[in-house]
Amino acid sequence: MIITQFLIVGAALFSLGVYGVLTRRNAVLVLLSVELMLAAVNINLVAFDRFVADQLAGGQIFALFVITVAAAEVGIGLAIVLLIFRNRHSANVDELDLMKL
Amino acid sequence: MTLEDWLSTPENYVFLVIAIPMVVAGWRVVTSQNVVHAVLYLVATLAASAGLFLLLGAEFVAWTVVLVYIGAVVVLFLFGIMITRAPIGVDVSLSHPPRVRVAAAVVSFALFVLVGGAMLDAFSGAAAFDVVPTRTVDIGESIFARFVVPFEVVSVVLLAALIGGIVLARRDPEEPT
Repeated sequence: MIITQFLIVGAALFSLGVYGVLTRRNAVLVLLSVELMLAAVNINLVAFDRFVADQLAGGQIFALFVITVAAAEVGIGLAIVLLIFRNRHSANVDELDLMKL
Repeated sequence: MTLEDWLSTPENYVFLVIAIPMVVAGWRVVTSQNVVHAVLYLVATLAASAGLFLLLGAEFVAWTVVLVYIGAVVVLFLFGIMITRAPIGVDVSLSHPPRVRVAAAVVSFALFVLVGGAMLDAFSGAAAFDVVPTRTVDIGESIFARFVVPFEVVSVVLLAALIGGIVLARRDPEEPT
């Protein structure tokens, strides 16, 4: 195996995540696309870790930290979406325009 | 490394079998018009990423992805969809109008070309590497020796997220809603 095959897959998945964040209207689906980007980053971290054959497995431990922080981010993000839905009766990001001139 | 060399390694066929459905499922995550289908395609993408981790010999990370992402985060997403009563079923308004989608496609494709080109430019000369599986005992020793301070900080982050989630989502009984 070569390192570039994992890097290309990671770049493709990350770009798909960016596309999803830019195009989705529903706030839950925007969070879903962010998860896609984080998964792409994890692939790069683990691939580089095995590429340099790190004795401390630093890349894998960073991937574990990313997974943990992503879980926290989903919890807080969904709580915020829930609060917005309760106040505005909509979870669409383009209807949250209170601060727009 | 030429394409013939690359195709002569059996591992690379396993890689293709995992990676191609992964990218297709990722595409369906961002384009599906059904919310629940999008979440289930995310399950497929994450399962494929766990497969790539197994291919790389990172077993502990792979099973953590299965347990934490597929087991917990996806269930949380399904609960979020049900609670916010996001339209379940086919609905054309889940994405922005086509002109936004075209602009976003241009931006994300440019990003892919930029990042992928930079990676190819930097690492196309790198030699093929053989995967040495990581033992979980090595990961444990590394976390609790070298990375013990970040580990504790992450546990505080999780506690803060737990308390923050409760405070944000709780409905105060005396407050008129």
